[in-house]
Amino acid sequence: MVGNGILKGLAETARNFFGSYVSKDRLTTIQYPEERIEQIESTRDFPFLVYDGADWHAGMRCVACQICEKECPPKCIYIEKSKDKKPDAVGKPQAYPAVFNIDISVCMSCQICVEVCPFDAIKMDVVFDLPTDDRFGGLLLNKQQLAKSNDYYHQIHPTEAAAVDSALAEERAKADAKAKAAAEAKASAPAPGVPKPTPPGPPNPAGGETK
Amino acid sequence: MTLTLDQIFVIAKHWLLGYVPSGARPIASAVISVVAILIVFPLLFAITTLLERKGLGRIQNRYGPNRAGPWGLFQPVADAVKSLTKEDIVPVTADHAVHFLAPLVLVTAALLAYAVLPVGRNMVLIDLNAGVLFFFAVGSVVELSVFMAGWSSRSKYSLLGAMRAIAQMISYEVPLVLASVVVIMQSGSLSTVAIVDRQAGYTGIFPHWYVFTPWGIVGFILFMIAATAESNRSPFDLPEGESEIIAGYYIEYSGFKFALFFLGEYLGMFATSGMAITLFLGGWSAPLSFLTFIPSYVWFFLKLLALIGGFIWIRGTLPRLRMDQLMNFAWEFILPMALLNMLVAGVWRYMPPSILRWLVCAAIVAVPWLLLTRNLKRKKRFEIRTYTFAE
Amino acid sequence: MNATFFILALITVAGTAAAMGMRNAVHCVLALTLGFAGVAAIYLQLDAQFVGLTQIMVYVGAVAILAVFAIMMTHSPGPATPAAYSSHWFLGTLVAAAVFAVLAWAVLASGASAQTPPAQPRITVEQIGDALMHRYVLPLEIMGLLLTAALIGAVVIAMDRSQERK
Repeated sequence: MVGNGILKGLAETARNFFGSYVSKDRLTTIQYPEERIEQIESTRDFPFLVYDGADWHAGMRCVACQICEKECPPKCIYIEKSKDKKPDAVGKPQAYPAVFNIDISVCMSCQICVEVCPFDAIKMDVVFDLPTDDRFGGLLLNKQQLAKSNDYYHQIHPTEAAAVDSALAEERAKADAKAKAAAEAKASAPAPGVPKPTPPGPPNPAGGETK
Repeated sequence: MTLTLDQIFVIAKHWLLGYVPSGARPIASAVISVVAILIVFPLLFAITTLLERKGLGRIQNRYGPNRAGPWGLFQPVADAVKSLTKEDIVPVTADHAVHFLAPLVLVTAALLAYAVLPVGRNMVLIDLNAGVLFFFAVGSVVELSVFMAGWSSRSKYSLLGAMRAIAQMISYEVPLVLASVVVIMQSGSLSTVAIVDRQAGYTGIFPHWYVFTPWGIVGFILFMIAATAESNRSPFDLPEGESEIIAGYYIEYSGFKFALFFLGEYLGMFATSGMAITLFLGGWSAPLSFLTFIPSYVWFFLKLLALIGGFIWIRGTLPRLRMDQLMNFAWEFILPMALLNMLVAGVWRYMPPSILRWLVCAAIVAVPWLLLTRNLKRKKRFEIRTYTFAE
Repeated sequence: MNATFFILALITVAGTAAAMGMRNAVHCVLALTLGFAGVAAIYLQLDAQFVGLTQIMVYVGAVAILAVFAIMMTHSPGPATPAAYSSHWFLGTLVAAAVFAVLAWAVLASGASAQTPPAQPRITVEQIGDALMHRYVLPLEIMGLLLTAALIGAVVIAMDRSQERK
């Protein structure tokens, strides 16, 4: 009978209408900005520079190796190496970036800079609402704006941060052990006159020349 | 007391007229009534735009607009400000005079139709002897404004939309008038006030509304379908199909003129709903005899809001009809049903009141319904599609 | 003969005169529609409600739409054609003035305006319907036949010819 489908359709929409007031499944709208969707841990939006400790300049892990600048596909990173050196995360004196700019209007959140960084200095942030009325300058983040602490990194990506921290601690321990061994070696340097133990020489060439 | 509340607007008008010199009284009376109509119905339009957006939103499992004030109540104000401040772009090759006049003609014709709607007891602007005829005459002026809008924009899409819109409107005007003829047959008068008066009686607690008769219910349904098509409303909104020819005949209009078209369309919707209420739903009379203490205009507007809700509900439910489906529906189904309905009304009048009368009339209507609808589902069988060149 | 009549007459004459003089075909039709509306208003002013409203419904709502459709389907919205003023305008004006003089003399000399107009009968729609059904039922049925023939003719012309060949 004609009209049957129409009546069924009307019943369905009526059910939708009244159901949307009653059950939360029917009305799935999230009222941004009062409510937000929970983000998963591996959310990534724009990069930021990690620093350890309280001083953002002294504790910054970045050593201006410029690998991320070269690997970035849309070339949104701009680095200027400094002339002097400062100790890095492991303790070794390294250069640091005098200028580190990321243009987040160009950045495509591909995370390649994070993947190639050998120093775990640049990681992905989860902040996405960065509106500004300055069309060009407002979306160009400089070093200070990009610097966020390791505690913040622990907050946003706990498992990653824990893994990075343990890796860095290992490296630091190894570096410390090496430094201690070097210091010990230097401290227990032999007195002049004691013959130095000769290192084993090259293998006898006149021996078995098999091939 | 209830009578005073019922007649409060009439009393207020007479009080105001007391301050006017007696020579100018007829004109002042007309002016006061016109001002009242001009305040009430555009206000209802503003409320309806909000109701429609929120209603459609809830039907589609989302919130409607809820930012511009609590529950989005100031959204019509925001819309008004937007449409008033938008730049009024007129195409260079457009016919400027006709382009300007088209929305004016539409709004004027739509507003003229309210002159014969009895909003409450003794509350009609003018009691014309041929009130229903006046209503349909004014309704046919709307098509002219549609043409003016479509033609003057000098754009392919608007012309196409105008042609479709006029074809749709004239096709559905015939069933609209025929569906109302049954009421005229039964009540014996073309005056809207007389029609409502005849429906204002009660047997027991049940009213004498014409919708509670076989020919009345069919006539009401046909009238509402034709009214939906006349005001270009979903599912008959192909002329203004937003996803097909963008906005059809008012594609080149922007800003305030677009708002006027919107206003004119909605006013037309209210006017035809008001006429449906007058003809079939008993106008301002209460549905049950013990509810007559509620003022008459309250009942009229409650019924109007119910019909508007029905329009919104249908809009949220049904997909758009294609042009040929629309025309087939009008000429092959609605028109024969309207003619048969007239036959049923005639039979009803000349048979004595009994249960047999109900059965006979229902049969005369139901059997063609089943047979005609078989015609609507064309003999097309869905075949497996074969491709000539792709295989 | 009061102010309302003069205004309505002015509107009607202006509309029909513009319909003759305008260059754009669509403007002509719209001006003619204004003339129709003016005539309907004159009917309404004479208290002939049925005729006036039917004039609007039929002329403005159907005949004007028909003319408009004809223009839409055939006329391209090109540049406006130049004004069709003939070079014999002086002779034409002379002839028109002469015809008007003859008609005016005929009307005024017939004595119709000298008589007092009879009391205007209040014709209601019921009386018109009554007359149509009792006294004029035969012309009504013949008109119905004529309209049916016109409808069938229109359908035959617009019918899909390919259906016949099948």
